[in-house]
Amino acid sequence: MAQLPPGLKASVFADAVKAMQAAVGAEWVFTSDDDVALYRDAYSLFHDEPEERVASAAVAPRSVEEVQAIVRICNARGIPLYPISTGRNLGYGGSAPVYSGSVVLDLKRMNRVLEVNEGNASCLVEPGVSYFDMYKHLQATGSKLWLDVPDPGWGSMIGNALDSGGGYTAAPYRGHFEAQCGIEAVLADGEVLRTGMGAMPGSETWQQYRMGIGPCLDGLFRQSSLGIVTKMGFWLFPQPEAFMSCSVDLFRFADIEPLIDLVNELEYGNIFNGMPSVGSPVMTRGNAMMFQEIPPEAEMDRLVRETGLPAWRFSVSFYGPEKVIRAQWDYVRERFGKAFEGAQFHENQFVKLPLDAAAMEKVAKARFGIPSLEIFAVGSRSPKNPEPSAGHIWFSAVIPRSGKGYVQANRVMRQECARLDIPLFMFSPAVTCWTRSFVLFAAVPVSNDVAANKRLRASVQEVIKVCASHGWGEYRCPPAFQDAAMNSYSFNNNILRRVNERIKDALDPNGILSVGRYGVWPKRLREGRSA
Amino acid sequence: MNRIVAIAAAGLMLASAPAWSVEPGKSAPAREQAGKVVFDQWCSACHGPNPRLAGTLALQTKYEGQIPAALEERTDLTPDIVASFVRGGVAWMAPFRKTEISDAELADLGAYLSKTPAQRRRK
Repeated sequence: MAQLPPGLKASVFADAVKAMQAAVGAEWVFTSDDDVALYRDAYSLFHDEPEERVASAAVAPRSVEEVQAIVRICNARGIPLYPISTGRNLGYGGSAPVYSGSVVLDLKRMNRVLEVNEGNASCLVEPGVSYFDMYKHLQATGSKLWLDVPDPGWGSMIGNALDSGGGYTAAPYRGHFEAQCGIEAVLADGEVLRTGMGAMPGSETWQQYRMGIGPCLDGLFRQSSLGIVTKMGFWLFPQPEAFMSCSVDLFRFADIEPLIDLVNELEYGNIFNGMPSVGSPVMTRGNAMMFQEIPPEAEMDRLVRETGLPAWRFSVSFYGPEKVIRAQWDYVRERFGKAFEGAQFHENQFVKLPLDAAAMEKVAKARFGIPSLEIFAVGSRSPKNPEPSAGHIWFSAVIPRSGKGYVQANRVMRQECARLDIPLFMFSPAVTCWTRSFVLFAAVPVSNDVAANKRLRASVQEVIKVCASHGWGEYRCPPAFQDAAMNSYSFNNNILRRVNERIKDALDPNGILSVGRYGVWPKRLREGRSA
Repeated sequence: MNRIVAIAAAGLMLASAPAWSVEPGKSAPAREQAGKVVFDQWCSACHGPNPRLAGTLALQTKYEGQIPAALEERTDLTPDIVASFVRGGVAWMAPFRKTEISDAELADLGAYLSKTPAQRRRK
């Protein structure tokens, strides 16, 4: 199963393996087929096809110095190296490389929480630190700080942030790359770079001021192939006194545009800080995970009348002192009451924090920064799902945060999924952890059937094109679609990709790091390709 | 019936070599205690007693209550079966790499889950 880097002599590879064994210890260099198979993408859309992206070997360093040693070994020999953090980015490639033959650099053993600063409400961690690890650390040390967690708690704080993952608590913390402050990365030549104030020896502000001086280089490492992030700082959320979730129900199709305009005004004006959502009870009747195609206005209003269900439900939550968040909710009610005839208001949950053990069992854990793996139950074998799939992928396009965009994206995506016969197990309303955009999520089951996967790949490629024709681009995707997604950002003859390639050539002239990640390939692998 | 198929499949997957190895010199109780730590770290988030958790829900559905859905309540697990699922994965459960659960930790986990609930509770 293990596959040598294309074009590399077996003797050179064997020599590199020997050198890596000397650098990290023989037990942390994996070369047998069985061991390398553990790095396959468990949710691959190329399962058992020749195109499946498989590693040649894996190596697991314990320190920055060991990472530097490995990078130098690979750079000197032109061996592609693919870093993973905890390797649990399932649905987006998992622990497999994008380019077959790469050596996977498994950073799971670098799992130290280097600092938690209570006064600054920040931390500095290594890439192997999972949300579970950090949560345990905060609990064990009696910290008063909260994490912001994505759905699966076994992910890496660093890896998730680098792939633009998000969570569910208060606005400044939900976008994990946006909540980072300070990066240390090993470059392709083995040099170590620190961004922001980390570039100044003796600085105590690495986790306080992100920019430092000059161009802000943090973005070089997001979804990139330019370096191996070995440390990252994050801002953490001082535990609030209370949490409240509420909702507003509206009953007319035509409410959607003023609804989203008002949501935007209130969120951008910091009237609420929890994650908002705009759903539709009438369009999700029967299956809360499947938002149906939004029908024409008259039809939707008729369905609302017949079922008695709201056309739209704005869900909003607040973190803070009780008297403050109750006042904020009062103001939200006042504004909606004035703007929408017949609006109905619901206070769904109010809890004082911290939660006690009994309360913890009743809440949506991620809203409280508590990591879990509960989300996986949506795909489990169950009475409703007697034959579970082999995995899943996400399709997630950034769409306009407006009523018009919300409705149009829903209709176009539902129609395309129906036309192309794309199986879905979840189709979201437009949601977002980011405060200034919407993302439309569709979850697609993956099988181990080669023909079905071929069809699915072709269909998703088609959807990417259709979305791009409307100006909707994916913010993140599995390796099978990273070229297509990058190519859809095509302004000025794909200058975004071309500039990324120029930077790639300058920083990694031998083209060894994360080859092909998010559609950026080293020179030797893109020659002859048209823009 | 399902159970027999699962066990047979586990046996086939291990036909070449065991995916776990017992660390020499470690007492059985020490192995089981270490295995409990591995279980709590890596398995309980899906296989704990809560019936809504992914693994417990799946096994409840699969065996329809004929055997316990929570792994720590099972009496029929062996180190081989545990190893085959940890290293082979199933459905949405991706395999665990050796940087996550080492061979020695896998052996401890197998030792822990091979005990019956009554044996575990006596400790």
